[in-house]
Order: sequence, then structure tokens, then C-alpha cells
Amino acid sequence: MNVTSMTSMIACDSSFMIKSLYTFKIPGIDYDFSINTTHVAMFIVSLFILVMAIIARIKINKANASDTPGFFQNAVELIVEMLQTMVEGIMGKNANKFVNYLSTLFLFIIISNISGLFGLRPPTADYGVTLCLGVITFILVQFNGIKKNKLGHFTSLFQPIWFLFPINLIGEFAVPLSLSLRLFGNIMSGTVLMGLIYDLLNPYTIGVGAFLHGYFDLFSGCIQAYVFCMLTMVYVNDKIADD
Amino acid sequence: MDINGQDFINAMSAIGAGIAMIAGVGPGVGQGIAAGHGAAAVGRNPGAKSAITSTMLLGQAVAETTGLYGFAVAIILMFVKPFK
Repeated sequence: MNVTSMTSMIACDSSFMIKSLYTFKIPGIDYDFSINTTHVAMFIVSLFILVMAIIARIKINKANASDTPGFFQNAVELIVEMLQTMVEGIMGKNANKFVNYLSTLFLFIIISNISGLFGLRPPTADYGVTLCLGVITFILVQFNGIKKNKLGHFTSLFQPIWFLFPINLIGEFAVPLSLSLRLFGNIMSGTVLMGLIYDLLNPYTIGVGAFLHGYFDLFSGCIQAYVFCMLTMVYVNDKIADD
Repeated sequence: MDINGQDFINAMSAIGAGIAMIAGVGPGVGQGIAAGHGAAAVGRNPGAKSAITSTMLLGQAVAETTGLYGFAVAIILMFVKPFK
């Protein structure tokens, strides 16, 4: 193998990277904006959640207490109950304030992760998406900390002794970074490995993908959605818990 | 075979990505220890299986972070190409 073919292999347009579908320019800004696979996948995921939520709302509004609930209503009730138990298990009496946001977050992440199963490139395999989720968690944590402890939120950075301030500060700012990198890394590694294996076995990939999708998309995706919500809850609860 | 500067950088990036993935050793050991203790805990107290499992998975996911930092470095070296 000569050098040019090796470099072209490394530089090849891999099937698992983000692809630009449509490029446009905004006048006055010297930058190529593009609509890429993440935007499309995220739009589909959001649309799916929105449509399901609207259907669920219509169904629940129409439902009678005396009727036997159908499959869809049972599924919706199961999901809502599961999410409420999950949030209440960690946050206790503060759960009601956060259950809406955390349920939305959980459903968005889990459907994003599973969307790889349906041929989309998962939106959570783009660092731009997961960093935003991490920053939202960071803002939520800081906002609730300031709301609960007022000035004590900042003086707690000097606990237990003043010269630990830089380490405490880094600890605060590491929260969104580690949260987002964890989600991104897990989903991205699954996407990369599957892309490589699909490319490697190009015409003969029948059946091999099933196991990989089962592990990387379903198992890993569910675990990571759970972990992201769990850690968000733990961090927020850390700030607002009465002690 | 003539190698120019860019080829050398690409080859070194590939080697660097491989070295970065050595970071995967640590989380592997850590997750294995967590899973072993989780299994021992379930054996001692089968009634608390769900609580033990969720705690174990949470701990494993946090332990995985360092490995994923290495993975992020490898991905950046291979596909983003910061050294042109």
C-alpha cells in the first residue's frame, strides 16, 4: 500500500460523519452555513415527540374513567408513571418542579439515541447538541443554587478552606463538560464502530448489524439517557436539598 | 516512496489516536470492579437488586468518562485533523 492510498483512506469521506446537505450564505457574514444531517434528524425526532404528545393529549382528554384504556393510553400512562417515579426517587418533595423538564429531556435523549436504529444519524452524536444539553443543566444547577442559598452559593466555593477555591470552581465548570462528553462519546463511539463495520463488510452486512444496533443503540442509548437525567437530578438536588 | 510533510502528520495522527485509546484500559478495570461488587451485593441481598443495579450503572457511567475523553481525542485526531 503506498502512502497516497493510506492517506486517502484516513481522509476518506466516512459514512458516519456529519454530512452537509445544503449550504447557504447569510449576506454580510463570511461563513458557509449549512443544513446537515443533525438538523434533519433532530427535526424528525422533535416532530415525532410533538405528534406523539398531541395524540396523547387528545386521547387522555377524551378518555372516560369507566372505559377500559387502550394500548396507546396504557403505554403513555406507563411512561409518565415511570418518569415520575424516577424523578421522585431522587428529588423527593422537590420532584414536582422538575418532573416536566426532566421527562422532556429523557424522552428527547432516548428517542435521539434510538433514532440510529431507523437509519438516522443520531443527533446526540453531534457535540453541538450534547453541549447545549449540558449547558442547560449547568444553568439549572447554578440558578437553583443561587435561588436557594443566595450569597451562600458563592461562599460555598471557599469551603472547607479558601485555597481550594480554584479546584471548586473547576469542579463547577466540569459538570456540563463531563455530562456532554459522556453522552456524545457513548453515542459517537457506537456510530463510528457501526459505520466502520458496515463499511468493512460492505455487501454482506445482513444480520451482523442486529446485534450491534441492539447493543449500541438500544442498551447504550437507554443507559446514557438514564444517566444524563440521573446526574442532572443529583446535581440539582445537591444545591436545593435541605440539610 | 516519497513522504511529504502532510503524509507524515496524517500517519502520526493515526498513531496518536491509537495511543489515546489506551485510556480505555482504566474504565474497563473500573467497570469490571464495580460489576463484580454489584454481583456480590446482589448475591448477599437479592431483594435490593434494582437499587443495586441502578447505582452500579450510574457509577459505571461516571467511571466511563475518562475513557471517553481519550476517545474524543482519538476522534479529533483522526477525523477533525487539527494539524494541517
